[in-house]
Amino acid sequence: MMLTQLIFGIAGGLLFAMGLRSALIRESLLARILAVNVSGAGIFLAFVAIAYRGLEETPDPVPHALVLTGIVVAVSATALALALRRRLEEADDE
Amino acid sequence: MEITLWHLLDSLLAILLLGLAWSALSGTDLKRGVVLFMAFGLLLSLIWARLRAPDLALAEAAIGAGLSGALLLLALRDREKSENKAGQPMSLLRLATVLLMLLLAASFALAYVTAVTSNTGGRLAGLAFGNLEQSGVSNPVTAVLLNFRAYDTLLELAVLLAATLGILALGSERRPFRRPGVLLGALVTWISPLLVIVAGYLLWTGAHAPGGAFQAGALLAAAIVMLRLGGMTSEQLPHQLLQGWLLAGGIAAFMLAGYLATFHDLAFLQYPAGWAGLLILLIESAAMLSIALSLGLAYLGGSPSGWDERSSRGKRS
Repeated sequence: MMLTQLIFGIAGGLLFAMGLRSALIRESLLARILAVNVSGAGIFLAFVAIAYRGLEETPDPVPHALVLTGIVVAVSATALALALRRRLEEADDE
Repeated sequence: MEITLWHLLDSLLAILLLGLAWSALSGTDLKRGVVLFMAFGLLLSLIWARLRAPDLALAEAAIGAGLSGALLLLALRDREKSENKAGQPMSLLRLATVLLMLLLAASFALAYVTAVTSNTGGRLAGLAFGNLEQSGVSNPVTAVLLNFRAYDTLLELAVLLAATLGILALGSERRPFRRPGVLLGALVTWISPLLVIVAGYLLWTGAHAPGGAFQAGALLAAAIVMLRLGGMTSEQLPHQLLQGWLLAGGIAAFMLAGYLATFHDLAFLQYPAGWAGLLILLIESAAMLSIALSLGLAYLGGSPSGWDERSSRGKRS
């Protein structure tokens, strides 16, 4: 195992935990959506760190492809969550 | 393990990333949090470049730092009962959550170290590189996305369509912005066509270099966001029927290409020999348009204002 993998893997784990904690204890919905995004970024980071093979070698393309779809799914889920939040507030006003 | 300058850089990047995430999550000012989150996305794209994932770096710069940030900034305009303050965490839960998260982070680290160090037999990378020549493209990430694991990408497009339908069903679009000043107007006029050209380039080059449908789609969506900031109304978008076709086009092209193979006694999504490159380009073009319109409509925030009237008029006639 390379040190680079370890550094970014640990950072990914910490991001995941930090984001999840924030998503659980915040009251504001927007802050929660942001927190879930950070948490997801942590998973992506760990995944890409696993794929890393050193400076000279080509990394594993399979995790890269999965993370690429993950990024697009994350942004569409964020957009849906924001639309739900907006609708909720409209419903509160009525 | 030998410690080199690279590891110093890695540690610096990781610490910066964690610091940005912490300050984005912990402040009470949500606007500050969103801007810090965009900086977080930019730094993350730098880290993807460091970890030799240029495809991800492109996508993250356009989506993580750009589109997500734009969506979140726009959402700041909505009133929230807590008046856009992040709110103080409930004190009772606090300690329990911290303990739980420490436990989670520890088990995550354990699982990670096991995954990296243990000998899992054959890794998928070898298979992917071994069959790259038959995939029709020479960029391994595109080969995995559109050929080896095409099912994943097909279903991912379905998720995107489902999310977009959800957004369209939840309400009508936000108010368009007022006409911009001279400077922003000129900037929009210059940048939007440039974004379209770069998107086309990324789509084409994705076959053999970093790029592809996702990055290109995200850039096109960014062009929609720019036009919107420049005062575009939803009437200036394509006709409703065309938008529907474009939204479903990515999945439709994928399914058609998949079923085409079954007529040649091949499995679903198994491209006929020699046709893979062309089919992948066609699927990617349709997927790019679907992704761009989905994300663009997400920025509009709901179904365009003209939609209901037009469909009811259609019913009457």
